[in-house]
Amino acid sequence: MMEMRQVLSQELEALIQKNDNIVVLNADLAKPNGLGELIQKYPKRVFNAGIAEQNMASVAAGMSSYGFIPFIVTFTPFATRRICDQIAISICYAKQNVKIIGSDPGITAELNGGTHMSVEDIGVLRSIPGIVIFEPADTTELKKAIPQIVDYKGALYMRMPRKTVPRVYDDSYEFEISKADVLREGSDVSIFCCGIMVHESLCAADELREKGVSAEVVNVHTIKPIDRETIIKSAKKTGRVITAENHNIIGGLHSAVCEVLAEDFPVSVGAIGINDVFGQVGKLPYLKETYKMRCRDIVDLVLEKF
Amino acid sequence: MDLNLKCKQIRKDILSEIASIGSGHVGGSLSIVELLVVLYYKHMNIDPKHPLMHGRDRLVVSKGHSGPAVYAVLSDVGYFDKGWLYTLNKPGTNLPSHCDMNKTPGIDMTTGSLGQGFSCAVGIAMASKLKKDGANIYAVVGDGESQEGQIWEAAMLAAQWKLDNLIAFTDYNKLQLDGSLEDICDLAPLDDKWKAFGWNVITVERGNDCDCIDAAISAAKVSDRPTMIILNTVKGYGVSFAEKAGCANHSMAVTEDILDEALKELDGAV
Repeated sequence: MMEMRQVLSQELEALIQKNDNIVVLNADLAKPNGLGELIQKYPKRVFNAGIAEQNMASVAAGMSSYGFIPFIVTFTPFATRRICDQIAISICYAKQNVKIIGSDPGITAELNGGTHMSVEDIGVLRSIPGIVIFEPADTTELKKAIPQIVDYKGALYMRMPRKTVPRVYDDSYEFEISKADVLREGSDVSIFCCGIMVHESLCAADELREKGVSAEVVNVHTIKPIDRETIIKSAKKTGRVITAENHNIIGGLHSAVCEVLAEDFPVSVGAIGINDVFGQVGKLPYLKETYKMRCRDIVDLVLEKF
Repeated sequence: MDLNLKCKQIRKDILSEIASIGSGHVGGSLSIVELLVVLYYKHMNIDPKHPLMHGRDRLVVSKGHSGPAVYAVLSDVGYFDKGWLYTLNKPGTNLPSHCDMNKTPGIDMTTGSLGQGFSCAVGIAMASKLKKDGANIYAVVGDGESQEGQIWEAAMLAAQWKLDNLIAFTDYNKLQLDGSLEDICDLAPLDDKWKAFGWNVITVERGNDCDCIDAAISAAKVSDRPTMIILNTVKGYGVSFAEKAGCANHSMAVTEDILDEALKELDGAV
């Protein structure tokens, strides 16, 4: 099974070969992000900007102003909260075409611990006008998304784990960046989820079915701009909503879904995610249990709402 | 062309422009007039009729609050009508306080959050190298701006990447908004700092002298490294009301009376 970073590297290489304007910058994390070979192989296209993320972001904006399509790649906290102003001004306000990739969001930072465990990146960037925020659930979704990410002209942020994640999609998947995916139809509750929580939500839907509850699972892979139509349609059908995300429940998917529903279809919305605390060191199973982000935690929350 | 005469005219345009809205960034605009005039009238390969011309030289004014000075020169060389100057900071204007590439023809990069424009210039210089278009990339940083850590991140990378097409200037007027750099967070010895960061450094003692700036740029063009030209300038240079105000000239009122006096002073000097 391929790792997310292997797929990222493979797709970036395909882009480099196909499109002369693609450049990739990283901040001394080429190897952990799977770019070690690319940086050796394409010294005029893939660069190490040193441990200076703020400079890297603005350098990318400058290159974009010259017609390049720069991808900047580093760990999630350094791709977002550390370079907020550079993303806001050099990239978004200046309308530059820069793709920002943050790896190992939330608890997927595992043993790097609290300093590297960004629980706020979506919230931090979501209020910057115009930026697109995307989180793939697996390698297939990542692979299918890359061409649309390049075709979209403007600032885009993608958060993704580096290592292996459970498979959600098969190769027949037709990805559309602006459309949320209804993965499982249901009538009793809508579970809006993204990233690693998609797999947990599908597992929860299976368990709920055995308990007589029909759960609809929707992968909201693009958190901004959010697919209002699909969210409202599903909420109207089920009347009960849960969100599941690998992020602080403040500022991320939960907030984004609540903003949509508050305006168009007010309904109770339960939240699975990190409950406004910092992360800590630990392996994924321990962290999922600690922050109540397991399949069974979703099941329990749904049953509580009945 | 008599560049000194041109500088006087540009100063009049800047002051009239700022007076039309009543106040603005006077000091840091007036201190770089000679630099902008030498660049636009003597060195830069540009075509105001084709602002996006391929392979053109580019200028990033990283101290973006000097927009009023840049606008005066851009209108003078023909990027837009001089009447635009009197829309400065008015609702719907194409000439905002800080430089905006999406609003103003001839502006190559949006700046205003200090430190960032200089990094953008490094990216632009690298992009020009990759495209092999032979452009010279110019950048202006403020001395107060150089307190931002991002300036030095960019300095390291430009040296690492051997960006000999990058020619930068420090508007070293020794004043920042709240006072003198010496009292707040001093940069001295600035030339040694840039040398230590691997740059070719040229210090211009008379940073408001067109001939001295011209000679420094010509020397920088043959360097095999990025060049920092340190211009020892005077904040508010050329007009006594502004010079006398010291650091208070960073952003100050320009009333019709003040403007009349200043225009007379500049005319008298001609």
